[in-house]
Order: sequence, then C-alpha cells, then structure tokens
Amino acid sequence: MIAVRRILGLLAGIAAVIGLDWAGRLGLNPYIYGVLVLCAINVILALSLNLVNGITGQFSIGHAGFMAVGAYASAAYTVYAVPLLFGPGYASSAWLTAGAFLLAILVGGLASAVAGFLVGLPSMRLRGDYLAIVTLGFGEIIRVAILNIDAVGGARGFAGVPQRTNLAWVLGGAGITFVVIRNLMKSFHGRALLAIREDEIAAEALGIPTTRYKVTAFVIGAFFAGVAGALFAHYLYLHTNSFTFMKSIEVVIMIVLGGMGSLTGSILGAILLTALPEVLRFASSLRLIIYSLLLIVLMIARPQGILGRRELSFPKRRAPEAPRPTPAS
Amino acid sequence: MQEFFQQLANGIAWGSIYALIALGYTMVYGILRLINFAHGDVYMVGAFAAYFLARALGVGTITSASPLMAALVLLGSMVICALLGMAIELLAYRPVRRSSRITALITAIGVSLFLENAGILVFGADPKFFPQVIAPRTITLPGGVLVTNHQITVVLVSVVLMVGLTLFIQKTRTGKAMRAVAFNRDAASLMGIPTDRIITYTFALGSALAAAAGFLVGLTNPKIEPLMGIMPGIKAFVAAVLGGIGSIPGAMIGGLLMGISEYMVVGYLSSTYRDAIAFVILIVVLLIKPAGLLGRNVTEKV
Repeated sequence: MIAVRRILGLLAGIAAVIGLDWAGRLGLNPYIYGVLVLCAINVILALSLNLVNGITGQFSIGHAGFMAVGAYASAAYTVYAVPLLFGPGYASSAWLTAGAFLLAILVGGLASAVAGFLVGLPSMRLRGDYLAIVTLGFGEIIRVAILNIDAVGGARGFAGVPQRTNLAWVLGGAGITFVVIRNLMKSFHGRALLAIREDEIAAEALGIPTTRYKVTAFVIGAFFAGVAGALFAHYLYLHTNSFTFMKSIEVVIMIVLGGMGSLTGSILGAILLTALPEVLRFASSLRLIIYSLLLIVLMIARPQGILGRRELSFPKRRAPEAPRPTPAS
Repeated sequence: MQEFFQQLANGIAWGSIYALIALGYTMVYGILRLINFAHGDVYMVGAFAAYFLARALGVGTITSASPLMAALVLLGSMVICALLGMAIELLAYRPVRRSSRITALITAIGVSLFLENAGILVFGADPKFFPQVIAPRTITLPGGVLVTNHQITVVLVSVVLMVGLTLFIQKTRTGKAMRAVAFNRDAASLMGIPTDRIITYTFALGSALAAAAGFLVGLTNPKIEPLMGIMPGIKAFVAAVLGGIGSIPGAMIGGLLMGISEYMVVGYLSSTYRDAIAFVILIVVLLIKPAGLLGRNVTEKV
C-alpha cells in the first residue's frame, strides 16, 4: 500500500511540475516566470545551506563558491563534452537534449561535491567564526580561480551556454532537494547531525564520529548547491560576478530569516527574499534601502526567524489513535 | 631587488590602511563577539565625510592645500564617523545583543547594506575624485625606490594613531574598562563598569579609526565611491582574524602582512590573483595556528 501511494505521489508530483510549467508558459508574463525560476533555484540553495548551518549547526558562508563550481562544471560539460558524446546534432532531439541536461546537472552537483569534500575536510575542524571566515575565503578563492580560467571565459563570462532550464526543471530540482534533505533529517544519520548541532562534545562522547558527519553534511550541501548552480548556468548569462560573497550572504540571510533548522522556513525565506526586491521595484531608488531596513527590523523583532525551528505542514487527518500507555509514575 | 623594495613600500602603505580598519573589527569582536560587517562601510562614509569636508573648506580652490587643512579634514571625518558608529550601535546592535550571535550578524549585514545603498542614494553611484589636501610629491629613497609623500603620510598617521590607541587602551581608565569588558562582560558589570557605555565608546573609537583609513585612502587612491568599503572591509576582517581576532597588535601585524602580500602578488604574479591571496594566507595560517598569529588558544570546557 505504502509503495503504491509513494509511486502515485511521485507521479502526481511530476504531473504537477509539468502542468505548472505549461500553465506558467501559457498564462504568466515572462517576467513573473523568470522570478519564479530564480525563486526555485534559491530554494535549492537555501535548503542545502540549511543542512550545513541549520541542521548540523556549522556556520558556513561560502555557498556561492560551490554554486559557481557546479555552474561552471556543468556549463563546460554542456559546451565542450556534450557535442562529442551525443553527436553535434543532438539538440534536434528533445529526449537527447533533456538527457544531456540531466547529466549536466549531475556533473555540476558532483563537481561541487568534490570541491565540498576538499574544502570541508580541513575546515570542518574549525569552529564558529573561524569556520565562517574560512568558508568565505574558499568561496572567494574559487571565484578568483574561475575568473582566471580562460576556457570558461574568464572575466568576459562564459558565452554560448544554451538555455535549457525552465520552471519544470527547477521545481523538480527543488522538490527532490526537499525530499532528500527531509528524509535525511528524519533518518538515523540526521539525528546524529542534530546531535552535533545541539552539543558537539556530547555527541562526540556518545561515539558519533563528528568530523566525518560534518564533512558528509558539507559535501551533500555542496552537491545541491552545485545542482542549483547548474540550473542557474543554463538559465542566465554565466559570469563570476553572480557568485561573489554577497551571494553567499544572501543565502545565509534566507535561512536565518526563514528560521535556522526549519526546512519549510528555508523555502519561505528563499521565496520571500527573491520576491521582495521585485515587489519593492515601485520604490525604485529607495528599494534596497527599504530592503536593508526591513532586514534589520525583522531581526530585532523576530530574532529566531519567521518559523524558528518549527515546520509548516498541512493539518493531517488523524487516524484513530491507539490508547497511549499511561506513563509509569 | 629594487622591484622588491618598491612593492614592499607600496605594501606597507596599503597595509597600514588595512591595519587601521582591522583594529575596529578586532576591538568590537573582542567585546561583543560580533563580526561587525558594517565596519567597511563606516570606512566608506569616512572617506566621503573627508571629501565633503575638504570641499566645504575649499581646499584647492579658495584655500591652499596644507598639512593644517589635512589635519582638520582628518579630525572632522573621524568625529563624524565616531558619531555614526555610536548611532549604529545604539539603534541596530543594542536591541539584538541578547539574541543569538547569528541574529546579530545578519543585523550587521543589514546595516552594511543600508549604508551602501544610502551611500548610493545620497552620494551618487559614480566615483568622486578626492581633492588633494596635500600637494603630491614623489621622493626617491636610496636604492631607487619611489614613494609619494602621501604614502609617507599614510604610514606616519597610522603609526601615530596606533601608538595613541595602544596608550589609550593601556593607560587610561576607559581603556582599562574596555579590556575588562572584553575579558568578561558580566564580571566587569559586577565591578561597577558601565558596560553599555564602554561598548558605545568602543564603537566610536573603532569607527574613528575607520574614518582615518577612509581619509588616508582618499589621499593615495583618490577615487571614492559608495561600494568601496566592501572588499577592504572583508580583507581587513581577514587581517584581524589572521593576527588573532581580539588582539590589537595582531590586527596591526595582520593588516601589514595582508597589504604587503597583496602588493607582492601584484608585482610578481598577476593582479587578477590579488583578491585571492588574502584568503590563501588566512587559510594556511588558520590550519597551522587556529587562533591566528597572536590569538590566545581557548581550550574548550566541558
């Protein structure tokens, strides 16, 4: 029964994503469509950073660096490797194109995961502000390094990456990210991550290999950041200016605003922070001033973020509960 | 060899500016454990305050450039930024002081974004040319190293300010109170030290130093714009961490090291790597000495 329900749920999800994409292309104006795509990409970023910052309790502010690795790896793959692998005329077949793009997303994610491992292994031994500044540093080093690779355009930006991303792809990506991280959080390993967040020394004393768990969380976070980067690379013009440390900070603001450790909070925060500057467009030059003041006021008024650590959920229809055993007194 | 000393001279001048900014970071961090992200933007406001003061005094048009005028402009912008720093602390940081540290950090980022965007609105996004409050002159040092009198001014003013700061922290009652609050805020408050007031003074002092850095940068690199504080701000923070955050001599050493290594990279490698070298050095140092060069190693208590 559960298996059937899961498969039905999956099919319904796919149908909903494709339906939304069609409805979006037919009914929405391109501007709103574009904002929605960016919202979904930012949701992936926020969820993956929340795994590191909110769930494992490590303070990383270099997420844009991993996004950049994913973006450039997947774009380089699409531009240089795909015509060789699939033949130059592959773009005429919709299935081949989709398959090549799916592979590109995976390439982006994997490249970023490798980078995450290389960065995470030394830096996960540091704590607090030192960890923060080191991840920020790695993010900047990655950006400067890419800026100096001529094969991917260097300072000119990477031209000639075909636009493949649409609403269906990003919604699918965001959905998968959410499900994977939620299931991880509910699993045995997720409990270990939460234990590290609550008290690292106690977790260590209980026999949890803290460094290994922290690095693993970091690698998974980097993987999804790379996926987000791959989606971004096949949507907008690719330039390292999109991956400065301000982008990392933006993602941190999303998860803090939504509530650290709350997955639905991250989704909410990502959507709010992507949409807010667009909504404020009427204020033109005052736009970013209002944005920054709102940020300060929100932090003063609600320091734990909008949702805190709670999750939004649909109210469940309760099955008749088994009588609870009376607590032994 | 002459090339090496030339880059060294440039690096020392530029590093002094980093050191001045890093001092503000390290002082605030020492007391509040807060990365004051807005500090780089206070430095930007300092540069603009000096710009408008120099224009108001008519330097270069009505009055002639002189060391007296320069000192006036410098002191004026330091006072303006000290007031700004106190205002930021009162309005934005004090309300979140009891919240978690990440909340305070995001608030600091909010203040930083506010100052940048308010700067674009008020000053305009286009770069302004800093008036020459001191007539430029090039001096040839023995060995063929060329320095400008502006660079010498930068180093001299920084040294004077750093010595002054060290004397202030070590010899005065307020300085002693600052050290006490940094050591243990609750205990200091029980000893009758007005911690809130001391924290405000710390912000005023740090911001004044940032303003001095802004003025000095206006002398040597006369193009100023509202986003000029972002990169120097982040690198000065890196310098503070490098030296051991919370340590005042550490910030000075970190700043100088940062400036010199940047110019060495520009001179010997490529200027495109300039922004990365700061972080490479930081990571190498932190992996070897996790508390920074002069930082105290804090053992964890269970």
